[in-house]
Amino acid sequence: MSVTTRPVPQVRIAPPSFKRPLIMTLASLVLGSIFVLLAPADQQTTFVFNLGDTLVALPDWVVSSRLAATGFALAALACSAIAWPINTRRGSLFFPAVGVGFFLVMSFLSWVGADEVLPVTGLLQGSLLLAVPLVFGAMAGVLSERAGVININIEGQLLVGAFLGAVVGSLLANAYLGLLAAPVAGALMGLLLAVFATRYFVDQVVVGVVLNVLAVGLTGFLYSRFLTEDADLWNNPEVLPTIAVPVLSEIPILGPILFDQNVIVYLMYVVVVAVQVALFKTRWGLRLRSVGEHPEAADSVGIRVNRTRFRAVVLAGAVAGLGGAFFTLGSVGAFGREMTAGNGFIALAAVIFGRWNPIGALAAALLFGFADNLQNVLSIIGSPIPSQFLLMLPYVVTILAVVGLVGKVRAPGADGIPFKKS
Amino acid sequence: MRLELRGITKRFGDLVANDDISVTFEPGQIHALLGENGAGKSTLMNVLYGLLTPDAGEIYVDGEPVVFGDPAGAIEAGIGMVHQHFMLVPVFSVAENVELGAESVGAFGFLKAQSAADAVRRVSSEYGLEVDPNAIVEDLPVGIQQRVEIIKALTREAECLILDEPTAVLTPQETDELLTIIRGLRDAGKTIVMITHKLREVREAADVITVIRRGRVVAESVSPQTSQSQLAALMVGRDVSLVVDKPEAAVGDEVLSVSELSVYDVTGRALVDSVSFQVRAGEVLCIAGVQGNGQSELVEALVGLHERSSGAVSLGEVRIDGASTKRILDMGVGYVPEDREHDGLVGSFPLAHNMVLDSINEQPWSRFGLIDYAKINKHGADLIEQFDVRARSADVLAATLSGGNKQKVVLAREMSRSLRVLIASQPTRGLDVGSIEFVHRQIIEARQSGVAVIVVSTELDEVYALADRIAVMYAGTIAGIVDPGISRDDLGLLMAGAVAS
Repeated sequence: MSVTTRPVPQVRIAPPSFKRPLIMTLASLVLGSIFVLLAPADQQTTFVFNLGDTLVALPDWVVSSRLAATGFALAALACSAIAWPINTRRGSLFFPAVGVGFFLVMSFLSWVGADEVLPVTGLLQGSLLLAVPLVFGAMAGVLSERAGVININIEGQLLVGAFLGAVVGSLLANAYLGLLAAPVAGALMGLLLAVFATRYFVDQVVVGVVLNVLAVGLTGFLYSRFLTEDADLWNNPEVLPTIAVPVLSEIPILGPILFDQNVIVYLMYVVVVAVQVALFKTRWGLRLRSVGEHPEAADSVGIRVNRTRFRAVVLAGAVAGLGGAFFTLGSVGAFGREMTAGNGFIALAAVIFGRWNPIGALAAALLFGFADNLQNVLSIIGSPIPSQFLLMLPYVVTILAVVGLVGKVRAPGADGIPFKKS
Repeated sequence: MRLELRGITKRFGDLVANDDISVTFEPGQIHALLGENGAGKSTLMNVLYGLLTPDAGEIYVDGEPVVFGDPAGAIEAGIGMVHQHFMLVPVFSVAENVELGAESVGAFGFLKAQSAADAVRRVSSEYGLEVDPNAIVEDLPVGIQQRVEIIKALTREAECLILDEPTAVLTPQETDELLTIIRGLRDAGKTIVMITHKLREVREAADVITVIRRGRVVAESVSPQTSQSQLAALMVGRDVSLVVDKPEAAVGDEVLSVSELSVYDVTGRALVDSVSFQVRAGEVLCIAGVQGNGQSELVEALVGLHERSSGAVSLGEVRIDGASTKRILDMGVGYVPEDREHDGLVGSFPLAHNMVLDSINEQPWSRFGLIDYAKINKHGADLIEQFDVRARSADVLAATLSGGNKQKVVLAREMSRSLRVLIASQPTRGLDVGSIEFVHRQIIEARQSGVAVIVVSTELDEVYALADRIAVMYAGTIAGIVDPGISRDDLGLLMAGAVAS
């Protein structure tokens, strides 16, 4: 018996699955054909790009509905064709998927906008506004789940932030002071979650759900006891004014969307960048991620796991609370019962869709905001689709995104697992 | 660094894990702490590393008394630990893992991009521990991951290095490399503590040996020249036979035939790559190999527990690939899973119920969908007797048993059916020597009764004790099927990816 050495064998890889490019191609073909066939050949679709004062006024784009629908459908098909050759184990189908999605939406708009005026820039601006609470919620989710605590409580944190922001803003007659109060409310909510999750090791999902019920009950009670009794005193905050950033706000299309907003939107940009940089470039972020991935390893090098988690969850609460203020101080100007309407859960979906990454979660939140606003705009211009189906749109997009398009995502290794020392 | 433990006692409830243990570790020495699983070695080291607080006793560093409330204190005092289950974050890079907890930062806590990688390179070259600082840890082989653990300790200026079962997951060749590294560190004046139950390595590497049994020091300053059987006797407390009585094999017909079996993970990577072999009645086929080379997945695929597999598995004339696990077991396959706590038993069920888990829906245990508890309890009591399970009664919850007794329950259940094939995955991992003897005897008994037996094991001693033929797995393939007459060195080479010729 003798033995000879041989080189390390290459790990064999199963042939790549053609499921995803196939789905993209079929979606382009089927949906594209539907839009093209339904788009009337004898009507025009008007795309409007102007909004507010910009340096260059863009002309409206008037085009034959069927021609536009066909062009965009073909573009979507081209994107799906690109997906085939790069569908290897290493290649990412991200950009082709985005292309297919974008052009199919444009093709769809060409059809439903036949004989109508489609405010493209307005559609996008509204999407951003609807996405603001989602983005804050998603950042809260990223912060706490990266540290290993599942945050079902985002909804409740948004709600108490919206409530306290409105009340303080109204009582002190200053929206900016209300804006300071909102994160405090969220942080207190996060504090409760943190105590139960990291000190008493209660199941994190159960605590989150219970705390959501608490938030609804508490704000609901105070709302009917005080806010409806004397609305002028308790529930009449001024709305935060929009501040146009000089020069930047005059860029065509992008300017009015991004740089002619109130202070919460600008804070959102800061928060997203800050979370991204802090998580991946600082000692704080490295430690936070280590307790979410492998708490025993963190513990063995002297990092205090539960303290790190505790602080991350409280901070997450503050971020979500700040986002909640957008419901009251940033848009409506008054608190309403259960006004967050499930946004916290959609934010959680954005966290997963964005693969626990701040930038990814931002993109996901923007997509969900777009779906929501598309439904708004279509019901205003009167689309051929029944409004009930339009109302479903944001949720359908959320489910499809989380179930189908996410691919293989991996949550932080110890997400939701309490860390108890023996 | 001279490290001294005096009178360390640590209790967990009624169990005294460490009972008045005193031992001194000298600089420039490799000190082996020898003892069986459950003897209290790891508890002692966790006390030393500040992970556990002792109920009594003191620790002295260079003569000064110290108290470690947490690992940070131990690290500060110059103690580094290489855990049996590596304390590395799998998705972090080598450099990130090394710097974690001791990061060098600039303004606002920003990490300094290169300093961690530089520290890794510096220690690598100083002690000859080669590793790429930017590699992601989960992509590295375990031998290299262990190196990262050692580097982690050395960058923290550890003067005393504790290695907990360092060779458990290594090939014989990797073990040799590790021992060379450890000797180098010793010669550089470090204090090395090696916790292990492997006699061979202790004799090869240690300068001095302390033997621990049931939480007490039973022998100190033992010379590494002591014979293996003497060390084993010290460790267990009685004379042990290191060989299993094994009559000549009476090999019959081919029972299980595996042809081109592949198993894939979720990303489509082949974990088992086109494996073929046959097992005949009355023989033991041992599947040897370093942990993580596809053995677990192979066994799971055989009993229908893996979703993504291709290839053919036949039991006699019948194809069983794609069949449900229930059907495969009903056809006479006995399965002792690798993780007995998790897959072999329901911890919160009494022993009697665990004994009939796989046949609860059949007569005589149930009729018309109603369970006959009297019969089940009688059956359980009989098996407890027959398999020498140390438990008060069949009503005891499975979770409360020791590892050895749990394994006896699993074996009792599987072997009380009429079997054609017995598949046992890591059947003696973590068991005490007495239980190991028992399990080995049962496996040989099954073989004598004409069952085709497959044993997956990473322990070479076990492979040599049981095997009629040895199949060595490496990187998902079978590197060779060899006769048990093969030398340890050659077997080690096969486990490291050489080919048999």
